[in-house]
Amino acid sequence: MPRTQIEPQFPTERLSILDSDGKLDTKLEPKLSPDDLKRLYRAMVLGRRLDERMLKLQRQGRIGTFAPIKGQEASQMGSVFTLTPTDWMVPSFRETASMLWRGWPIEKILLLFAGRLEGSQPGPEQRDLPIAIPVATQLPHAVGIAYGIQYRGEDAVVMAYFGDGATSEGDFHEACNFAGVWHVPVVFVCQNNQWAISVPIKKQTNSRTIAQKASAYGFPGIQVDGNDVLAVYAASREAVDKARAGEGPTLIECVTYRLGVHTTADDPTKYRADEEVKAWEQKDPLTRFRAYLEKKKLLDGSVEEQVDEEIARAVERFEAMPPADPLGMFDHAYAELPPDVAAQRAELAVRLEAAADATAPAGAEPVSPPMRGQRRTSRWQN
Amino acid sequence: MAKLNMVKALNLALLEEMERDPDVLVIGEDVGVDGGVFRVTEDLHRRFGGTRVIDSPLAEAAIIGCSVGMALYGLKPVCEIQFSGFAFQCFHQIENHAARYRQRSQGRFHCQMVIRMPYGGGVRALEHHSESEEQFYAHIPGLKMVIPSGPRTARALLVAAIRDPDPVVFFEHKALYHASKEEVPDESEAMPIGRAQVVREGRGLTLVAYGAMLRVALEAAETLQAEDGVAPEVIDLLTISPLDRETLTASVARTGRAVIVHEAPRSFGPGAEIAASIMEGAFLSLEAPIRRVEAYDVPFPGFAREKANVPDVARVLAAARETLAF
Ligand SMILES: Cc1ncc(C[n+]2csc(CCOP(=O)(O)OP(=O)(O)O)c2C)c(N)n1
Repeated sequence: MPRTQIEPQFPTERLSILDSDGKLDTKLEPKLSPDDLKRLYRAMVLGRRLDERMLKLQRQGRIGTFAPIKGQEASQMGSVFTLTPTDWMVPSFRETASMLWRGWPIEKILLLFAGRLEGSQPGPEQRDLPIAIPVATQLPHAVGIAYGIQYRGEDAVVMAYFGDGATSEGDFHEACNFAGVWHVPVVFVCQNNQWAISVPIKKQTNSRTIAQKASAYGFPGIQVDGNDVLAVYAASREAVDKARAGEGPTLIECVTYRLGVHTTADDPTKYRADEEVKAWEQKDPLTRFRAYLEKKKLLDGSVEEQVDEEIARAVERFEAMPPADPLGMFDHAYAELPPDVAAQRAELAVRLEAAADATAPAGAEPVSPPMRGQRRTSRWQN
Repeated sequence: MAKLNMVKALNLALLEEMERDPDVLVIGEDVGVDGGVFRVTEDLHRRFGGTRVIDSPLAEAAIIGCSVGMALYGLKPVCEIQFSGFAFQCFHQIENHAARYRQRSQGRFHCQMVIRMPYGGGVRALEHHSESEEQFYAHIPGLKMVIPSGPRTARALLVAAIRDPDPVVFFEHKALYHASKEEVPDESEAMPIGRAQVVREGRGLTLVAYGAMLRVALEAAETLQAEDGVAPEVIDLLTISPLDRETLTASVARTGRAVIVHEAPRSFGPGAEIAASIMEGAFLSLEAPIRRVEAYDVPFPGFAREKANVPDVARVLAAARETLAF
């Protein structure tokens, strides 16, 4: 019995439409209206400028650790742009631009990174999950939502984001496997930014591409130039339309680059070469898109100023917010607080009041919290 | 009234809730055509079809992770983890996500879901098939941890768990599945989660137990009454978290003594929490130190030694007598 080929080789496509030298494949150029192109550009600029502003806020201690997106604006905007408000968006922790596009107010994002969970509350109608910190674990959630959509026969799709490092986690593989078996409307968007903190893609996986991993789960994967917003848009459009038409999941690998730090707690000079960063700076998604829009005479000189103004106002609103009420930590722990947790809340309330009184003018009696079952008199006094 | 064993009682609860609410669905390994390895989901696949009774691929993290997504979407999944010993493969989805989404989204989303798993020893099983690990879930805020002790409580608590807006981990003791039959009311019955039951009123000593250990505690109580002239009060905890501290302390305030029995290893186990709670609530009524009878602090030793590891009546009697003699 000979060895035979039981499956054809799975070909993996790569899509690039507008390269960093300004060359454009006009056959593949997506049909986006001038208005859409301008909106895309504005959203990318907003992502970039907010990132720069947040970095300053973090350095000044006004917000905490966050993961910058600089360099990944095209991957995020090209993909999220294809969703409607009734679709679902499932972010990791690095999708600031996508989140802004989906309607997250800037001050909410700032609030979250200032350590307050109020900032991760989606609006009442908003079909976005809050950001997920444990890598890849949000992907099964996306598949579960897509299952729900299919179960109720709803017209919606789910787009889920993650990084290259996430593709090593079991949750990524389990999510892909379930999505393939269930044939649900989910689009997996991997932002392969070359690094998972200090680990380069070569040490992350021995696969030639991330896109090809989809083949193992029985659905298409495509690699795109992630710094080419037109290519990301075209691939996402196709994937979202297919999902909506009941044609199942797609994995999109956006080949991009994280130009800045992994998070504000990271120092990339320890593990990557300046030349590498410089080479990728030449492929900056914003420069490339700006040149494209210039040729089309669609550039409006005031975008940057408008965006900065919007950010400045949001920062003002953020800074004007009253400080966090410590008792708020109990608000959403359970649907209804169990009696013992309610007692803990009451205990904290008393402590807070006592602390407030201690700083009050002299004469105010500090109240100490009563101990449960406290005896009125001591035995030795009897 | 029908007399049912625990498997049939659980099956009835699932059937009732699935008929009542089209958003309830069942997902797990072998839960569909096969009806679950313990047959708890038997016949549901035939009645409700494969879309609602989902034979999932073999992957615990995705079973819970996808169920979290379903719950965020508005469905009410009842997940089966085939054996609690394999729930560590999805522990992160339970702790990082199911228990936290309500808080993380500040009330915008929540996870109404039940995670059922068989647990416990005494059935001569392989490694990872006999452990009691309720302490891990009881320690997670945002989650509820429920353990029925027989057919009727199993049915009524599972119904309540499915209707509970917060995620519930639901342990079913394997040794109880076929242990006995019990009258179960014809009409649907739900018991409140978070409330313990005094299953035997008494004086002089309170025995606290749950799951399969309830039988052990009850048997010990009978013996103590017959041989020692003490009629202990016996509490069936039913919910491990949130703990019904009121019932516990009220009982010990009356009896003055407590012995706690559980199958989880001793250190940092539920017994420590229960004892601390009694100390806080009924310290002045205590006539003797609170005693605990549990599995030892060793990895579950294999079934040739499980009888020595899992508490039995003799161990409970010994602890009770020491307490009474103090
Ligand atoms: C489960 C888990 N393990 C480790 C971490 C710590 N961590 C945060 S981000 C990160 C790297 C993620 O890399 P990648 O998936 O490529 O996404 P990127 O940060 O590059 O966007 C690690 C290890 C985590 N958040 N979650």
